[in-house]
Formats: sequence, structure tokens, C-alpha cells
Amino acid sequence: MIALRHVTKRFGGRVALDDVSLAVEPGATHVLLGSSGAGKSTVLRLILGLLRPDAGEVRVEPTAPMGYVVQEGALYPHLSAGRNVVLPARAANWSAERQAARLDALAALVGLEPELMARYPHQLSGGQRQRVSLMRALMLDPPVLLLDEPLGALDPITRASLQAQLGRVFGELHKAVILVTHDVREAFVFGSVITLLSHGRVVQQGTLADLAQRPADPFVTEFLSAQAPPPEMARELRL
Amino acid sequence: MALLVCAAAAPAEPPRIRVGSKSFTESYILAEMVAQIVDETGEARAERRLGLGGTGIVYGALASGDIDIYPEYTGTIAQAILKEPTLASVQAMRTRLGARGLTLGVALGFDNTYALAVRRDAAARLGLRTIGDLARHPGLRAAFDPGFLDRGDGWPGLQRQYGLRFAEVRAMEHALTYPALVSGRVDVIDVFSTDGQLARLDLALLTDDRRFFPDYSAVLLARRSLAERFPRTWAALQGRLGGRIDNATMARLNALADLERRSFAEAAATFLGRSSAETARRPARELATLTLEHVWLVAVSLTAAVLLGLPLGILAARRRRLAQAELMGVGVIQTIPALALLSFMIPLFGIGQLPALVALSLYALLPIVRTTHAAISSLDPRLVEMTTVLGLRGWRRLAWVELPLASVTIMAGIKTAAVLTVGTATLAAFIGGGGYGTLIVTGLALNDVGTILTGAIPAAMMALVIHAAFEALDRVVVPRALRAAPSASN
Repeated sequence: MIALRHVTKRFGGRVALDDVSLAVEPGATHVLLGSSGAGKSTVLRLILGLLRPDAGEVRVEPTAPMGYVVQEGALYPHLSAGRNVVLPARAANWSAERQAARLDALAALVGLEPELMARYPHQLSGGQRQRVSLMRALMLDPPVLLLDEPLGALDPITRASLQAQLGRVFGELHKAVILVTHDVREAFVFGSVITLLSHGRVVQQGTLADLAQRPADPFVTEFLSAQAPPPEMARELRL
Repeated sequence: MALLVCAAAAPAEPPRIRVGSKSFTESYILAEMVAQIVDETGEARAERRLGLGGTGIVYGALASGDIDIYPEYTGTIAQAILKEPTLASVQAMRTRLGARGLTLGVALGFDNTYALAVRRDAAARLGLRTIGDLARHPGLRAAFDPGFLDRGDGWPGLQRQYGLRFAEVRAMEHALTYPALVSGRVDVIDVFSTDGQLARLDLALLTDDRRFFPDYSAVLLARRSLAERFPRTWAALQGRLGGRIDNATMARLNALADLERRSFAEAAATFLGRSSAETARRPARELATLTLEHVWLVAVSLTAAVLLGLPLGILAARRRRLAQAELMGVGVIQTIPALALLSFMIPLFGIGQLPALVALSLYALLPIVRTTHAAISSLDPRLVEMTTVLGLRGWRRLAWVELPLASVTIMAGIKTAAVLTVGTATLAAFIGGGGYGTLIVTGLALNDVGTILTGAIPAAMMALVIHAAFEALDRVVVPRALRAAPSASN
């Protein structure tokens, strides 16, 4: 369904992706893990067709539509939440009734009060905005959903509750999901398959257990342990 | 019965003779004389296109056939129009002008040449009698009319001929040089030997002992077709005006308008021996008419500028390479002085409202194109990129996302253009475009601050009203959430 084969992408002289391959099947959630600047977002932008690879091949079937959620939502400030959500349906010339029905269904899916749809983005909390952004991404019921640090700008409590909710939603939807994060815990919550990127190269692909127990490279262990609580803290707080 | 007569007369619109003038008192008065004689003779009806800026504009209007006749001076014809400074006789000029489809009447009798004036007390103190005497006082400050400052038979030639040097030479509108001289802010100004002000103000004219200034005999410059189609009128003009006006008479008539606040028409009628009651039938155009004209100038040119500027700004935001050339082109237009831009329009569009509208539209273009380009190209790239993902293309992307997001900035640009245009539109009067500028041009010619203000104050008020109107329009155009100016959600 989504496949990158030996993809290389350069920006000027800088190599953003170097010989990256990965494949995602319908119904699977794939996590792109890595530090900032590792090339994770570039992978999504290649899949979306916003960028073209310098070498290799990007295949997506079917090509459109795709759902896309970014950090901080990228909602249009001049449109109410509801108008933001139905924007792709308006572009696809849906009838008003069909738009309204879909809007209600999506609000229920992500657990937002229908009244909130009349508010403008600046009148919503960060977590509400991200759920509106997810609704917009799901509006046309795309087979592919791409999420770029969707929870990155949220406080830890909102983040944890939204992680749980998103995990449930993805389970129900049966879509090909690619989620970009630098957070190992998030990778643990969502990822059946993880691709760990560093400096534009794939370091290792596999489950989190694979990465932890059979690291392909010392960097894998280094990356995972950097985000784990120090042993003394885990002991003392009985984590 | 009366109705029948009217109906019968209406289709045969009497032919018109369009009379032009420059924007100074003497030119207005002479043109009024011409217009009144035209009407009296009855071959045609006079249409007044008065106050058309300087030689370039009014001669341009004559050459392009937008006016039929205007008063000119032999020196100006030789120097500025024919560009043959050595040409001296009226007959020789008439021959040369004939090739351009123009003709000259006989000289009117007075010679309005350039002269330099100083305050009488300063003349006594410094021993100034001739222009040559000025060379001994390089510390003096001069203010000259821009025309005088530029032309070969003005300051540049005079300076060479007499070897003059001043501490300061500044360009100043002619009517403003008198108050500047009297109040002591400058010491030397250029004047015309028939200026009405000379009689009243305590000024000394310096003798042109080296006979530098050429002869500036007043003549009527007309299209040949006028003399051919209306022989009685042409003959009447020669007969009533030719050789009849001497320097003293002209200075008196100028003073009548400049100092005694009589209308140009009255001054002209006085000379022609008509009662002023006859001329009182033509009151100065009412403020309401001028307001309508001004609103029309601003509304039409601003609408045109928006209709042209928005697409140009959007195009510039889309094509980065084109943007450079485009913004530079629009910027260059802005650097052309407004009056020059207006005079460039004459060969293309003649005089009147049309060239003024074109020039004003071009002038209003820069703020609109620039803000539209800046607003659209500085939108949050993540928001713009998302339009592609959401399937918004072409005009939908523009209308649903880009223009609403850019609306605050674009409206600010249009507001700037609107206020700018209200001010610039006052210059339209120099090419017969009407509006409040008509009062300002007349007031400048008369050196009458009151008349200037009757044009300038309504123009300022209109700028305020239009600004307020656009603030109100913001409520319609700018999306509600953007007006509230919240800290953006993204």
C-alpha cells in the first residue's frame, strides 16, 4: 500500500534521506522514530507528494486522499472548527447534508462536543485542536493517515489521555497509519512496527522488543535508554 | 410653443471652441477674455478648460486637439515649444507653427517677461539696481518657480550670463515666492513684469542690463482649424485684443483678480467693457459638483487599481522571478512625480478626466500590489502546504484560504492607496480633471489662501471619511476570527 524503495532526498548539499526503504500495509500502524532532523517528516512529505525523491521510488496506492495531521494542528484561524473539518469535503463537492452527517460522526469518534464545532481554533484547547485536526484528516475517510508529531505540543497529561484515545481510534479504523515521533513511549503505545531513523538513514526496523533486545547498532540502545528513566529514579519511585 | 422651439434647437448642438489656459492669473484672465468674445460673436460656444498646469500640459492639449486656443508668450513659443531660441519675429513663429496645424494671432500688446525682484529695503541697503549687482552678494537666498529654474532662458542661462551665485536656490511654486520674499525667508525671486502683486508689495525689479531675458509678448496660440472654421470669431479676437493691452493694463487686471479678489471672468469683463452682471451668470462651480467629481476620480481609479493590483500581487506571489521585475516596475511608476505622470498621459488620452483616472490608478497600484504580494508570500507555509493535502487547488485555494488569511494586510494596503489617491487627485485639476484641485489651482494662481483651503479642507475631510469607510469595510471583508486579533492558534 505504501512503499519507499531506496529513497534518497537532498536539500541543497544536505542529505535528508539516504537509501531509505519501508513498507506499510493497510490496518498497520507504523512508527517513524528518531531525533529531530533525522528525516522523519521528510518521509511523510514524500508520501504526500509535497516533495519528489532524488533517487529511488515512492509508491502509494491509492494516491489520494490522504489524511495528514501536524504538530499544533495547522487549522485555519479564519474558519470555525467545523468549517476546518469539512474543508476537504467542500473541495470534493460533497452535499451540505453529507458534510454535516460526517462531521457529527467524526466528532463522536474523537469525543468532541458538537457545540465545539462552532468555535474558532483560538477558542479551543491544544488537545481539542489536535482532535479537530484529526477529524479534518479523516473527513474523506482516507485509506492512509499520516501524523507528524501530532501530540508533540501538548502537556503530558493531555498527551497521555490522547495517546490512549488515538490508539483506540486507529484500532477501529483499519487504515495504514504512519506516525512520526521522537518519543519512545509514544512508539510503544502505537507502534506495531518501528523504523528508527538517524541522520537520514534507517538504523533498524522491527518491534520495540526487537530494538530493545537485538539492537542493530549501539545507537539503538543509546537512543532508547536516553528516554528511559534512570534506574535510581525507577527504583525510588517504584515505576 | 417654447417646447417646440427647444426641441427643434436641441439636435443642432452649437459648435464649441475649447479655450485653455495655464494655471496663473494672467493666463486665466486672457482665456476668459477669449471665451467671452467667442460667446459674444456667436459662431460657437466657448468651453473653458482653464488652469491646465504649465506649458507642457496646455501645449500638449492644444497639439492633441483637446483645446482650440490658449494665451501664450513669444519667448515660450521660441524656447519651449519650437526649441529655436533665436527665433524672434511673430511671423517666423507663425510659419513654423503652421507646419503643426497651429497659428498665432497678432501680439496683444504687453510683454510679460521674466524679471528678478528683491525687497525695496534690501535693494537700498545692498545697492541693488541691476541683475548684475547681485553677483556681488553670493550670500543671498533665492526661490524660483520650477519652470524658471529649469528652462534655458530662465535661471541656468541667467546664471551663466551674469555669473551669479547664491547661498541657496530653491524651487517654489510661483504664487508662494511672494510671501516667502516679503517675510524675508528668501531675498530674490523670479517674477513676471505684469504681476499684480508688484504694485502692492514694496518690491524692486532689477534691470536686465545685459538684455538676457527674451521677449515675452503675449499672443493667442490656436489651432488653424479655429481660424478657418470660425473666421468671424478669429477676426473679433484679433480686433478686440490685438495690440490693445499694455503692461500697465495687464498688471491692473492681474491686481484686480489677485488683490481685489475679483473673479477672472470679472477682470476680463472689465477690460472688455461689459458689465459684471453679465459675467455673474457663471458662478464658480459649486462645492457639491467638485465633491462629486473628486469622489468619482477616487472611486474609479481606486477600483481600477484594486482590480489590476490584486491579480498582479497574487501573480507576483506565485512567480518569484516575475515578482522582482513586477514590483520594480510598479515602484518606478511611483517615483515619477505626479504632475509629470499626469502630463505623460496627455499624448495618450488628451486632457480631462480620463488621463487623470489612468494616472491615479497607476499611482495607487504600488501599495496594493506590494501588500498583496507581501501578505500572500508571507503566509504560514504549513497552512499553505496543507491546502494541497486537503485537495484545494486554483481559485479555491485562493478564495477559501489565502485571500482570507491575507485580508488584514491587503486591506491595509488598499486603505493606504485610498487615502493617497484622495490627495493625489487634487492634482487632476492641472489637466482639466476637475475635483477639489480646481479650487487649489485657482487659489494658488490668486495666491489666495482662502480659496486654496476651500479645496484642501474638503479633500482632507474626504480622506478621513474614506479611511473610516474602509475601517467599516474591514468588518465585511476580514474574517471575524482574524479581526479579533487573537494570538494565532498556530
